[in-house]
This record gives sequence, structure tokens and C-alpha cells, in this order.
Amino acid sequence: MRNLTDEKIKFLEEKARDIRVSIIEMLVSAGSGHSAGPLGMADVFTTLYFYILKHNPKDPFWEGRDRLILSNGHINPVLYATMAHAGYFPVKELLTLRKFGTRLQGHPHREYLPMLENSSGPLGSGLSQAVGMAIADRMDRGKTSDRFFYCLMSDGELDEGQSWEAILLAGKERLGKLIVILDRNNIQIDGYTEDVMPLEPLTHKFESFGWHVEEIDGHNFSAIVEAVGRAQAVFDGPSIVIARTIPGKGVSFMEGDYKWHGDPPGIKDMAGEPAKEEQVKIALHDLRTLGGQIKGEHE
Amino acid sequence: MINQSQKLNPKLFDKKVEEIPIRKGFGDGLVIAGEKNPQVVGLCSDLTVSTTMNLFRDKFPERFVEMGVAEQNMASVASGMAAMGKIPYISSYAMFSPGRNWEQIRTTICYNDRPVIIAGSHAGVSVGADGGTHQAIEDIALARVIPNMIVISPCDAIEARKATVAAAGLGKPTYIRLAREATPVITTDDTPFEVGKAQLYYGEEKEKTDVGIVATGALLYKALKVAETLKAENISAKVLNVATIKPIDVEALVSLAKTTGTIVTVEEHQIIGGLGGAVAEVLSQNFPVPIEFIGIQDKFGQSGRPEELLEHYGMGESHILKACKRVIERKS
Repeated sequence: MRNLTDEKIKFLEEKARDIRVSIIEMLVSAGSGHSAGPLGMADVFTTLYFYILKHNPKDPFWEGRDRLILSNGHINPVLYATMAHAGYFPVKELLTLRKFGTRLQGHPHREYLPMLENSSGPLGSGLSQAVGMAIADRMDRGKTSDRFFYCLMSDGELDEGQSWEAILLAGKERLGKLIVILDRNNIQIDGYTEDVMPLEPLTHKFESFGWHVEEIDGHNFSAIVEAVGRAQAVFDGPSIVIARTIPGKGVSFMEGDYKWHGDPPGIKDMAGEPAKEEQVKIALHDLRTLGGQIKGEHE
Repeated sequence: MINQSQKLNPKLFDKKVEEIPIRKGFGDGLVIAGEKNPQVVGLCSDLTVSTTMNLFRDKFPERFVEMGVAEQNMASVASGMAAMGKIPYISSYAMFSPGRNWEQIRTTICYNDRPVIIAGSHAGVSVGADGGTHQAIEDIALARVIPNMIVISPCDAIEARKATVAAAGLGKPTYIRLAREATPVITTDDTPFEVGKAQLYYGEEKEKTDVGIVATGALLYKALKVAETLKAENISAKVLNVATIKPIDVEALVSLAKTTGTIVTVEEHQIIGGLGGAVAEVLSQNFPVPIEFIGIQDKFGQSGRPEELLEHYGMGESHILKACKRVIERKS
């Protein structure tokens, strides 16, 4: 994969901004859903769908596509928003999130949106599915298959025992086509991950299970591309890109605050947060102006 | 008498009737399924010989994945393989799959509607000496409550072989229940088998009898012997083999209820949520008749010899016989 040009970085920045705005709009329309994770992973998803993935939004079932398996289904607003902006379905459909009859279920469900690779929600089982896909692909196409299997998962779901069963198996099977991108945002519902259930030293843990580890700033487009590029070059074992992200990235009052794990803005007053009537306005202003750095196009 | 059209084992009631573990039929069937379809793959969590998946492993080593003791991972890995076009069979003890990994089966296999076949061996108290932790007597309930799931409980090794081969072509999540112990061979290669269809093994379709016995799994053999005993006492009976518990054969059950007026269900499983529950659901809505239930009555198992345990938990021939007489009394 070639390194990013300045022009491409600017393009990705703008896409990520539009996707974040869509995330806030769809969550506000739904009146429930997770904010912090989707905003934090917007740069990773943007880079995947607009630069890294081999895919075709006009032919979502194309056999040769890379597979993106979302394990922590609760961040699906970022999946749906990125897919819509990439052309899989109309952006306006995003406002149906979590409503009766929608294709965009509260957690991903293939029965309603068959173009998804998997349904998910209960944590810790996405990696197993990605491992199964990579094993099946190797049976059919051998180690030189040109498909990659990207599993997007959260740090909190590493609390699940099943995650480690899958990590063991991927190491044993030396799945070179498997690349995990871990959302290392340090929060989960009950608090900070290192308080709830310490995970560090994560790099050492994965290395000792036979994984190649990359650790990056998950908001740096070049770093994402370069780390995934190096992971792709590792053919004799699975890779993990530990993407350090800021939960709620882009919205001043949400950034780094675990209280915003499971709520959209505008629903309730919280100690130390803007009044609920102000939250949506501030959030959209923050996003559209990149935190006041630029004059928002849509202001 | 035995329904001749079913072409059952002619030596069925001999003292030395041939006995084979039901799980062996799974192992044989998986090899046949693997020969027929190159997409068939096998996954096992450290019980490859016990579940007889070693037959497949030895024949198709490149299509077998050893999972280690990790049933939850196994279910979801199989789902991923099915997403890529494979037809995965996963095997363990029923207690661990679908017991331990129920949520993974629900979400990653059934909610995704992936054609994974779950073979749960060592079901029932007849596992024996290992004791209650290893005796799955809730697995039918666990499996049949999940949407999209097909549930098959074969009565002998031959039926298990046929069910295993047929499952590859269903394109749906499927649970096949297997037992450990050698049990009498009831059927033959020529006995009809169709997923979703119950078969009348004793009595004739149109014939009216005093009682109708509905059985699943290895206890079907005892049900057939009870029908013979009843005949000697001038009580007529029919015996229906319900191998597919979901989707259940409503037509066959209603027909049986109409021609007998009384039903006794027989299973080596909790009555709650098992065959008994399933039959009661169907008949109460379509053709209510008195029903007696033979099965585990809301208890856990324990160590012992299989026959001792079946007697202790009320699933012996004498219990089935008494249940038949009780239900006939309720009719009059």
C-alpha cells in the first residue's frame, strides 16, 4: 500500500468529519445508542472504507472482497455511517437507525441488512468468526489468497474468555490474512478499562500468543495505513493493530469521558457536562469546525 | 405389531439384538457427507475420538480443525467458516455444545442463519458413571427454543448416520443429539428417513388403537418392547418415532392422537422443554387428548449404570407400561 499524499489525507479528514456528523445526527434521531466508540473509531473506519479495503459498494457480495467483521456491534453507528458515505446505501437512511422496520438495527443483524458480514452485539465472538473465515479461505485458496480479514474489536471485549480462545487459535493456525484493529480507547461501561479489568501489557500479551503487534495513534491516517500495510506483509501469523483512540473524538465534552459510552447527546443532563439542550448544538459545531480550527461549511 | 413398511431390523426383539453406539452413526455419516461434498469440514473441541469425528479427521485431515477445549470459540469459528461457503460440523459432548456455548450458537450461528451442524454426544443420563455434570438432559430444550434451528434426535446408529448425511443438505443450523452407550439397532438401511417426518414403527397408519406412544432417541427401543408387552395383554398400541423434534411433524402427531385418543411421550431428557413439551404444545392446539410423560422430572442426573439410572429416573420399560395404562384409564 502506498503512503498517503497530503491531498489524500485531506480527503480522508473531510470524509471522517462528515461521518462523525452523520453519527451524531443518527444517534440524536434514534434517541439512544452509543456515542463514544463510534466517534473514536471514525478515522479508522474512514481509512478502511476509503483507502484500505478491497471492496465494491455497488456489488456488496462480490466474492473477491476483503471481509470486515465488526465484533463490538454497539459501535455500529460508525459502520453504518461509513458504509452510507461509501455508497452502500443512501445517507438519509441513517436516520432510520434503531427505528421499527429499519435495516439499521440497534446492533447489526444480517437478516435485515444482508450485506453485513456478520451480526454482532454480544461481545467477544467477532474474532472467532473472523478466524473461521480466514481458516476457510486458506483451505480454499491457500496462503497466497489475496483477501484480508479485518476484525474490528474493542478493548473492553478482551474481558471475554472467548476472545482469548480465538487469539490462541489464530496464533496456532498462523493466520497471516487476519488483521485485528483494536479500539484501544481505555473505556467501557463501568469505567476505565484498567480499573474495571486491567488489560496491560497488551502488546506483550499478544506477542506471547504468536501475534505481530502494531501500536499506533488511531487518529493518524498515515499511521493507520502504514501499520495495516506492515500487518499485511506478515504472512506467517496474525496481526493486531492496537489503535489508541480518544473516545468521543471530535466532540469537546465527550472526549475521553466514559460517561458517553452508551448515550447520545441531548438526552440527559450529566454532572460537569453541557445542559442537555446545548449538547447536540455543541457536538455538531465541534465536529463541523474540527474543534474550532476551521469555519464549518454547513454552519 | 411392527409396521412392515418401515423395514425395521428383523432381529429387533431377539435377545442378542445388535447394539451400536448412536454416536458411531454420526462418525460414519460425516465421512459419507465429506465424500459427497468437498465443502464439509469438521471441528472438534478435544473429544475427537469420543464423538467419533476421528473417522472424518483421519480421512480428510486438511478439512479438520482441532479447536482445543474451547466450545464457545468452536461455535463462532464454525459460523465464520459457513460464511465463506463451508458446511461445518462441530462436535463435543451435548453438555458443552449446545450447553456451554449456547449464546454463541444463538447469535453467531442461528441469528446469522449459518448452516452449522452441531453434534452433541453423550446426551442423556445413560452416559452413566461420569455423573450429572456430563449428562445433558436439557439440550433438546436449549436447541429447539432458538429460531432457525432444526433439531434431530436419532433412535439408533443407522438413523444417526442418515441424519448426519442429510444435515449437509439442509442449509440451516442443525442440532443432532447423540448418545454414548451401545444401544439396540432398530432400523435398517432401507428404513425411510426424512428430516421433519415422524415415522410410525408400530401399528398401521389408519388402525385405531388403545394408546399411542411417541418416542425419540434410544428409548424408542423400550417403547417398542412395551408395545409388544401390551399386545400380549390385549392392549393395542402404536409407536411413533419422532426423530426430528423441530420442525415437529404436526400431521403425524395429530393423526396419532385421533386414532388412539391417548398419548405417552418417551424421552431421555427433561420433560420441560423436551419432546413431551413439544408434543403437548402441538396437541393442545390441534387435538387435545390425555398425555402422560416419560422423561426426567426436573432433576439432575448422578453416577450409576445406564439401566440403573433409567430405572431410578422413571424411564424404564415398567414405567412406560404403567404410563400407557394410566393414560388409557384417563380416556375412559
